[in-house]
Formats: sequence, structure tokens, C-alpha cells
Amino acid sequence: MHKAYRYSLGSKTYEFRNLADLMARATPARSGDRLAGVIARSAEERAVAQMALAEVPLKNFLNEVLIPYEQDEVTRLIIDEHDALAFAPISHFTVGDFRNWLLSDLASSEMLAKIRRGVTPEMAAAVSKIMRNQDLILVAQKCRVITAFRSTIGLPKRLATRLQPNHPTDDMNGIAASILDGLLYGSGDAVIGINPATDNVAQATRLMKLMDEVISKYGIPTQSCVLTHVTNTLECIEQGAPVDLVFQSIGGTEATNASFGFNLATLAEAEQAALSLQRGTVGNNVMYFETGQGSALSANAHHGLDQQTCETRAYAVARKFNPLLVNTVVGFIGPEYLFDGKEIIRAGLEDHFCAKLLGLPMGCDVCYTNHAEADQNDMDNLLTLLGTAGCSFVMGIPGSDDIMLNYQTTSFHDALYARRVLGLGPSPEFEIWLEKMQIMSNAAGACLNEALPPAFAASLKTLPAGNSESEVSNG
Amino acid sequence: MVDQPDIHNDDWNGVIDNPWRRLRQFTAARIGLGRSGVSLPTKEMLAFQLAHAQARDAVHTPLDFAALIQKLETLAEQYPLLNPEPPLKLHSEAVDRMTYLQRPDLGRRLDEASRVLLRQEQQTPEQPFDLALVIADGLSATAIAHNAVPFIQALCEELATDKQEWKLAPITLVEQARVAVGDDVGELLNAKTVLILIGERPGLSSPDSLGLYLTWAPVRGLTDARRNCISNVRPEGLNFSEAAYKAGYLLRESRRLQLSGVQLKDRSGALLESADDLTETTEKTATLEHSSTAADETITTESGQAAALHSTAEAKNFLLS
Repeated sequence: MHKAYRYSLGSKTYEFRNLADLMARATPARSGDRLAGVIARSAEERAVAQMALAEVPLKNFLNEVLIPYEQDEVTRLIIDEHDALAFAPISHFTVGDFRNWLLSDLASSEMLAKIRRGVTPEMAAAVSKIMRNQDLILVAQKCRVITAFRSTIGLPKRLATRLQPNHPTDDMNGIAASILDGLLYGSGDAVIGINPATDNVAQATRLMKLMDEVISKYGIPTQSCVLTHVTNTLECIEQGAPVDLVFQSIGGTEATNASFGFNLATLAEAEQAALSLQRGTVGNNVMYFETGQGSALSANAHHGLDQQTCETRAYAVARKFNPLLVNTVVGFIGPEYLFDGKEIIRAGLEDHFCAKLLGLPMGCDVCYTNHAEADQNDMDNLLTLLGTAGCSFVMGIPGSDDIMLNYQTTSFHDALYARRVLGLGPSPEFEIWLEKMQIMSNAAGACLNEALPPAFAASLKTLPAGNSESEVSNG
Repeated sequence: MVDQPDIHNDDWNGVIDNPWRRLRQFTAARIGLGRSGVSLPTKEMLAFQLAHAQARDAVHTPLDFAALIQKLETLAEQYPLLNPEPPLKLHSEAVDRMTYLQRPDLGRRLDEASRVLLRQEQQTPEQPFDLALVIADGLSATAIAHNAVPFIQALCEELATDKQEWKLAPITLVEQARVAVGDDVGELLNAKTVLILIGERPGLSSPDSLGLYLTWAPVRGLTDARRNCISNVRPEGLNFSEAAYKAGYLLRESRRLQLSGVQLKDRSGALLESADDLTETTEKTATLEHSSTAADETITTESGQAAALHSTAEAKNFLLS
């Protein structure tokens, strides 16, 4: 086993069993680490652990792996793909030095891109633990990660949205109604992505075809995705379905991913299969991943690590497969992992920072469940902070209410709020489309037209009039 | 430039309505909300706050156990199937709601006082019970307050039609409970089957969903793979008689085959499913958002939501016509 870490404070010496223990005790408080029994036992122990962590050389993270190399393919991926050349400029730093450097003017956007492949997830997680929220925002904002398929994600002063038109029974007209609502509010440039209620190949194919036809008919510069299991999507591709992006939820340990029913080879196969379809127009990033703190513990696959370190290891998995989009689903998992608005906001900023530092096109599902101590005001705060930090994309859903997954995420209105107060435009291809379709008069300024855009007015005309909303009960 | 509207006109309310709101005929999603600038109109913003308040209250309002016990005693007078003994009030190891929310492990276990009480109870019966009904607050006291008694009434009527006799244990009520607590109760009462009625995690549009979980041969430490679930029981979801019919089917099959969970599903031709504890974030939902881990085609078959509308007759979609 690896060496213990010690730190003396006055006459008292604190001891941490190993690097994983030190990192866990240094983590800002959250309920999931308490549940796992790895949280600092006192506020002082946490502060001391952060001091001790600040003194750890970055090189240690290459020699003291947190989960044994032989036991875990994510560890093997991290070590085997580490780029020593990219690491060279920062190789002499401690974690504390690394924070200073990241905040300094030396760490320009170009420099941050240069060292990216030399940073391991554990280094990113470690430094984030000794950064305040404003540090996480400032450094993330300097990181540039640009990806593309039919639209371009991650350009400066842009904020994209995933249009998420979920429906509890996958009703095709119900989904189309939410898609229309979203498009008319300028949402959907990151992806139109559906979580299917019925999760199988036939259903996924139906949903893919629906979105493909909508995207073609209206010439929308965006991509579609059905968030079904990767093996389902592979089958869809074999059967000739119109697959733009392949989705998978991923975790930071081999055992977590095994509990999700895939391994790295599965993802490699999926990326190749999607690339072979050549459906992108301005780029070839074909993967979409979701992550979130707590998933490894929930799968009983965390190896005694704190949940934020596990989460960051998932980014090594993501970056291996050149994703168009990655997002943390930060508040979905519930209060046993992130208890309240304060913990959710902190976790959202950590995840965004660590992913951007590692070079991922990171977005965020700014969200909460009804049993968490959080509300819309917390989401407003996190959305505003992430918009400031240069978050690649957020979710868009009618009125913040996901009637299929029973949780609250950001609405179409919320995204327009963020674009306006922060001066952020949609992806450039989508911006042109919004104006061409007369949805917006000034898409960069988030100015919606009052009149119904002609192309959509024509579709609405085909509907029988007079149906009232009371026909659908809240299901 | 946009013409400046006359804001002193009585018709002006600052809201730009969305003519596509009538698409709500297809969905309960909050579409066509209209806007004030790019923001939510006052009315919609407040309607959302109300829905969230109701969901929060469902989680945090303590269940009125005394009122529930009274109703159950009245019900027992009407239905001889129910055990005539008064319901037993129990508690999990989670001492309060805040502990409960952060420590799902404690909510899964009965506390020592409850275990002592059940051991005393168990000394009397000369043969095991066929069924123990357990009522648990879970994440929605509202769900229990609204839906537990009407469901039990419907279940009594369903089981009364069965040829075989059903010997029921006294009903137990557990405070601060997760699904697995039912196994503790069933084991201590020496019941062949336990059916726990529990408040599910409230959604914004569904603060009162009741979940039903069945375990054959309950003992402490079983996983979700050994349980079958019926979800979203409430008048607007899976109504009481439908839920009782499904529960009756499950109970009879479980008793006949002497098992529950994944195997019960397999043998009954995919009609039913084993399920995760919907009061918790489970492996499946922990895949964040969202993806389910297996190609489980019947994932919501037992919920009223899916049962309602699954035909999706695919006439030409309006957006594509």
C-alpha cells in the first residue's frame, strides 16, 4: 500500500492513510462522502487536509494510483495515455503551485490547451479541492474546448442548449409539441436529445426517425440523440437507423461502468460505428456522455474514493472518445449525494472546471429533485455562475418540468435569460438558422419575434382546432 | 424597432402568448407558457412555485399516523379479510426526516424498539401469515394520506374473489421508511409475503404517487432484484382497482411459484417487473439521467403513466405535415 501523509498543526499531527484518503478528507463537505464514510471528521481536519494536499507534488499522482492499475481499466487508461511532454511545463509543481499557476496570467488559453494531456483526472480533482468557487469559474473560463457535428459547440461568448422533449409514454405528437416549443424559444443547438420512456431498440429507432425528419424538414443545423444504452444504439446503427450521436452514461471506475453494462471497448466500437455513417457536416464528434457525482458510490464501485474524484476519473473515459457533448447531471442523484443548493452549486462548478481543464466540451444539467434542499433560485444561481464560467451548454425543457424523469432542470426561458444577461449567443450555425426561420430578429441578442414563424405556422394549421389542454391530465 | 404598446390599456398584461399552447392536447409538458420579455409570465411562475411547494410538502409534512390508524380500524370492521388487531406503529433507524434523506441505509432498517414490539407480536400465531401489509411514509406522506386506504379497500375486494384463503398479519405503519424495511417487518412477523405501500419521490406534477413493492419470503438484506413493483398508484395514474388487480395477480403468482422479483417477471411472460426502490436513486437512475442499464422493455409497464397511452397511433406527426 502507498505511503501515509502527515501534517502537523501545532502539537497535533494529522495522519491520512494514503493519497485517496487525503483527497477525500480535503473535499468540501457533501452528503455522499458522509454516506460513504470518507468525509473529513471535522472542519479542522478538512482544512488541514487541504494544506497537506497543497504540498503534494503533481508527480505523485502518476506514481500513487488511487485504484490499482491491474484492477481497473480506467486507471490503465489514465496512466497509459498520460502525455509526458504536455506534462513537462507543470511537472515540478505541487498541487498548491498548480493552483497559483492556473490563476496566473501565464496560464493563457493556449497554454492551458497545451498542458491538457499532461493533466490526469486526479490532478484536476486535487487542485479543484483547494480552489474556491471563483477560482473554478475563472480558470474554466480560460479553457477553450471546441467540438462540432452539424453545429459548433464551445466558441467564446456562446452558450448552446440541449432541447430535451421527454414524454412519459414517448407519444410522438407529445414529443413533437415539446420540440416545437423549444425551437420557437431558440433552443436545441447542442442537440435534440430524448430520454426514452420505453428503452429498447425499436422505440429508439422510432424516436431517431422522428427527430431526423424534423431536422431535415426544417434544415436545422443540429444533431439528434436518443439517450438509450450504447448497445441499443449500436444495434440501431446496424439496422440502418439515422444515428447522429451515440449516448452513454459513464462513471470513473471500471466497476461503475460494468454496472452500467459497458466497457471501454464498447465505447470504441460505438464511436467507430457512428463515424462510419458520416452524418456530420461541420465536424465529426459523435459521442454524447453524461456523468454525475455519486454514481460510483451508488453502484457500490467507488473503491473508497470520494465522489468528486470518481467523477473526475470519468472524464478520462470521456476524452478518449472525442465527444461532441459531455454533461454532468449534477442534482439528479438526490440529497444522499448532494444535499442542498450549496452542495449542488459547488459540485456543478467543480465538474465543469475539471472537465474543461482536461479538455472536454462540458455542459451541465443544472437540476434538482423535489427531495433535495434546493429550488429554482439555486438553479438560477448555478446557471448564472456556469454561464460566466463559459459552460458549453445547458438543458432546455418546457417550463423546467421534466414530466418523464420527474425532476426540474433549466427551461427554454432560463437559457434566454442567461444569454441576455451574459451576452452569450447560440452556436453560429444555429444563430443564422434562427434568423432565417424568423424565430428571432436578433439571435445574438436573444430577441424573439412576436409573430409565429411562417414555416411553423403552416404545420400548426394542419391541426384540428378547438382542442383544449384539459384533455391531457398531468401524468 | 418594435412599436411601443400602450401599457395603460386595460388589455395589456405584459405577456406575449404562444398560439401553439393548444398543442397541450398532446402533452402534459409545460409548453406554450408565453413570455414577459424572455422570462416566465407572473401567472406561470407562480403556478410552478405552487407545484414545487406541494411536492416539498409531500416530502416534509409528517404523516398523520393517528388519523390513518383510525381509518384502517374502520376499514377492518368492513372487511373481515383484514386482521382485526389494531395496526402497529413502527419506526426505522432514521430518527428524523433530515437523517432519512441523507442516510437511505438507516431508512431500510427497523429500530430496536420496533423489533421488540414485533417479536412480542409474533409469539402468538401458530402458523405463518400469508401476507403482511406495511404502510410507509417514504418520500411522500401525501401519497399515503390520499391513496393508502382506498388501495387497501380495493385490494380486499380483489382478494375476496380468490378461492384460497389469505391470512393477513396485523397492518404495520413505519415512519421514516425505505422500501427494504418491509422485509424486516415481514421476517419478524413470520409472513410468507410482504407488500409495502410507500410514498414515491414526488414529481412536480405528481406529488402523491404511491408505490407498491412485493417480496416473497422476506428477510433482511434482500436486494431490489427480489422485489416486484407497481408504481404511480393514484387516481390520475394507475387507479385503485387497476392497481389492486395487478397486485392481486402478483400475490397469487408469487404464492403459487413461491418466489418474487426478476424470476417472477420471467415466468409470467414479461407482464410484471422487478423494480428498483423508487424512493431512492438506484443504480438505474444513478446512471444519471437516465439511461437504464439493460434493455428492459417493460420499465414502466406497471405505471399508470405508461398504461394510459401507449398505443401512440402514429398518424402523421403534425410537425412533419
